[in-house]
Amino acid sequence: MTAIIGRDAPGQRSGGQGARVVPKSERPRRKLNLAGGIGHVFLAIWALMIIIPLLWVFLASFKNTTEIFSSPWTVPDHLRWENWGRAWTKAHVGTYVLNSVLVVTLATFGTMLLSSMAAYVLARYKFVGNRIIYFLFVAGIAFPPFLAVVPLFFQVKQLGLLNTYTGLIIVYIAYSLPFTIFFLTSFFRSLPNSVAEAATIDGASHTRLFFSVMLPMAKPGLISLTIFNLIGQWGQFLLPLVLMAGARDKWVLTQGIQEISTSAGYEADWAGLFAALTISILPMIVMYMIFQRQIQAGLTAGAVK
Amino acid sequence: MRHGRVPFILGFLVAPVTLYSYFVLWPYVQTINLSFYQWRGFTKKRWVGLENYDRMLHADRFWQALEHHAVILVLLPLATIAFALFFAFLLNVGGKGRGGKTAGVWGSSFYRVVFFLPQVLAVPVIGVLFATVYRPNESGLINGVLLKAGLDKPIGFLIEKNLALPALIAVLVWQAVGFYVVLFSAGMANIPAEIYEAAELDGASKVSLFFRVTLPLLWDTIQTAWVYLGILAFDAFAIVSVLAQDNGGPDGATTVLGLEIYNNMQQNRYGDAATYGVALCLLSLVFAAFTLRLTRRESYEY
Repeated sequence: MTAIIGRDAPGQRSGGQGARVVPKSERPRRKLNLAGGIGHVFLAIWALMIIIPLLWVFLASFKNTTEIFSSPWTVPDHLRWENWGRAWTKAHVGTYVLNSVLVVTLATFGTMLLSSMAAYVLARYKFVGNRIIYFLFVAGIAFPPFLAVVPLFFQVKQLGLLNTYTGLIIVYIAYSLPFTIFFLTSFFRSLPNSVAEAATIDGASHTRLFFSVMLPMAKPGLISLTIFNLIGQWGQFLLPLVLMAGARDKWVLTQGIQEISTSAGYEADWAGLFAALTISILPMIVMYMIFQRQIQAGLTAGAVK
Repeated sequence: MRHGRVPFILGFLVAPVTLYSYFVLWPYVQTINLSFYQWRGFTKKRWVGLENYDRMLHADRFWQALEHHAVILVLLPLATIAFALFFAFLLNVGGKGRGGKTAGVWGSSFYRVVFFLPQVLAVPVIGVLFATVYRPNESGLINGVLLKAGLDKPIGFLIEKNLALPALIAVLVWQAVGFYVVLFSAGMANIPAEIYEAAELDGASKVSLFFRVTLPLLWDTIQTAWVYLGILAFDAFAIVSVLAQDNGGPDGATTVLGLEIYNNMQQNRYGDAATYGVALCLLSLVFAAFTLRLTRRESYEY
């Protein structure tokens, strides 16, 4: 029994045991279904609570205002793509999405590059001040950007980087460093020494050792943290609100969507709002469907020891 | 290998350390300093000592915000952890048979995928989504259904003072549960199946399995969840800013410290904003110390 039961995925625990047991356990099995049935009701209700609002927004994005009010639960009588067009061009949701993609891609790349460099050195080299630098980085995990936002605004202003992509990207990187470095440091520490030693004997320099030996070995950790940062920075709200307020054409999705919501209220363009919402939600759902395993692993990486 | 060691270390550290010091560490230090000054941004800073703190402690909005953080701090982790534990248990152990099988209910992986989905959506997007869900007329999702079902007057989820904060917390729970289902599932997968089997042989019911086996063995993970949700409770800025009526309204019924910081900043009252920042910082530290004390409890080895 113990030999068969693995400790990997919860769903796979029973292994090949079933075939031998089934005939004997006809009656208990019915009991199981009953218990499972009640559980199913709760699980299904929660699943519906997530699916229904999203589906409802999606359907409404093809309706006109009359339809939205009179028949919220029906399928639209035809697909009004013009709602999407209006959201994309007039409400600029397209621009906001693209801005977000630009900022988050570059910021996550920068975060991963700088963090892995710092984490590697902190994890594998002994030098004076190593501990202090490490603890300063780790201390940053405990405090949200909120506490620093006023002086931060002036620091960025002083550099002339307010309302620029560069400014926002650099600040995203700076605030993503603590957690990423913390996580990657422990990852680099766990890598075996033997490979590094062999490469050194072969005459690899420090830099070469890092880029062609250690980074590839750290790939699983790097992937998790990349996903973690991509989603974290995609959802960032306060920093763009403070640092990008004056440049509407450079707004990211999170600040744009609020504006769209407000102005849709004034103009009573509910269909346009639903279309804008769909455009902001759909790409994330598609990405999630494709990479859901990696995304779940990446986002929970920080919490699972 | 000795060759080039120092330049290498310096070269790899200089960029991250500089960025971090300039944009993170220094602003933190500056916040404390700034909280003792009155400053409108352009004029010279004027030293006012504890005046900002005095004004903050006499501001209604400050105490309202504190009260809301307290409410969120209790409701958000309780509701999220309760739902997540329940679902995770069903998904992992709920469909357990008597034939020595330890398995989740049918369709576990589907539920897991759906539950986790809100995690990938940005909070402001979710806020706008729920603004349409909660809308107080027949075009709102909930009121649309209720009015069709015969309710005579729509519920003003975000308009009524007593409903607004719970409505916001519900959205946070809606988003968070899936994350903790996955987290707790990972924890439950680490509990050896033999323990469940032994308990089953001794005739334990599913309820006692949950309270006597799963819960104690998952204590560490639950503790982690509590800390994460607590940190979330001290933020809540994004959801309040997007979803609540007129800036933490109605009538301040949903304001949080983050929003007060932002509002003060918008009005160029930088000293006051920094003071609220220091208050938020102190509260976070108190929470951290408190949780560490409270949740220290022997963990079970297995």
